[in-house]
Amino acid sequence: MPELIILLLFMVAAGIVAVEIKDLLASVIALGAVGFTVAIGFIVLQAPDLAIVQIVIEILAVVFFVAVILKTTHVDSTIGRPYKGADIFTFIIFGVFALAFLYVGVRFLLINSSAGFEIAQHYIKHGLTETGAVNRVAAVILDYRALDTLGEATVLFTAVIGVLAVLRLEGRKK
Amino acid sequence: MSGMTPIVKVIARTVAGFIFVYGCYIILYGHLSPGGGFAGGAIVAAGLILSRLAFGTSAAQERSTSISSSIFESSGGILFLLVAVLGLVIFAQGAGFFFKNLFPEFGKGGTLVSAGSIPLSNIAIGIKVGAAMLSIFVVLASTKYIFKE
Repeated sequence: MPELIILLLFMVAAGIVAVEIKDLLASVIALGAVGFTVAIGFIVLQAPDLAIVQIVIEILAVVFFVAVILKTTHVDSTIGRPYKGADIFTFIIFGVFALAFLYVGVRFLLINSSAGFEIAQHYIKHGLTETGAVNRVAAVILDYRALDTLGEATVLFTAVIGVLAVLRLEGRKK
Repeated sequence: MSGMTPIVKVIARTVAGFIFVYGCYIILYGHLSPGGGFAGGAIVAAGLILSRLAFGTSAAQERSTSISSSIFESSGGILFLLVAVLGLVIFAQGAGFFFKNLFPEFGKGGTLVSAGSIPLSNIAIGIKVGAAMLSIFVVLASTKYIFKE
């Protein structure tokens, strides 16, 4: 898939720009470029459900960031600082963990892939008669794997509670 | 938070209603076409956020929106759990379980009224996600209260 590789290279470039640029507003725009490229990648991989969610959430995230950054000075004051020993140590640790995780994940995926394909074949073949939903993604996330959806809803609920607790509208009454 | 220029206001007045209706369509047809509760709720919240950004809001409106979105989010979560518990309760002893689909054979496959409890779950998740996005936006965009003390 050459188009997917081009998208991934563009994502890496936009991510480097988002980290290294000095203006925070330009950094948020580069971050939005990464997110929209993820959405195009989902369309290339034929996952329209995920593409719709990714586009909408990316628009909302960029709007949130811009609405917050317009009230600040726009300038990231830590840019240009030389890397210290602790930074390089952190880079190496995270790089080693990411590579090890990738290696183990790909190995287990190759070992256990036959069982996963059997479950997918069952969803495709019997999904309509067992759940009545034409959209197999809805059948999986709201019938076969509905407990996972409950966990996702709980994660969103907890995030909202955290934001409301940190930034509540009424100030603390002393 | 004050409003924006008349150009933005005219465009937002035209577009916001269509975005809202499109979000409701994505929620209601989640079991037939790509989309679902999460995407549709986020689209509804995007329409509301667009109108709020274009026209501006007063402090009293922000406070009432915060309260009402909290109520909507909690009721959406409770509705989703109610659908789950109905699958446990409504069937005979031993036949039901948590998140069991209610009457999946009801209605013809491919029509709007089908798929048992999946549309109900979609509606509940749509209410919940839309209210959550709106409340996060209201809290993050009205920072003047935080620095007031």
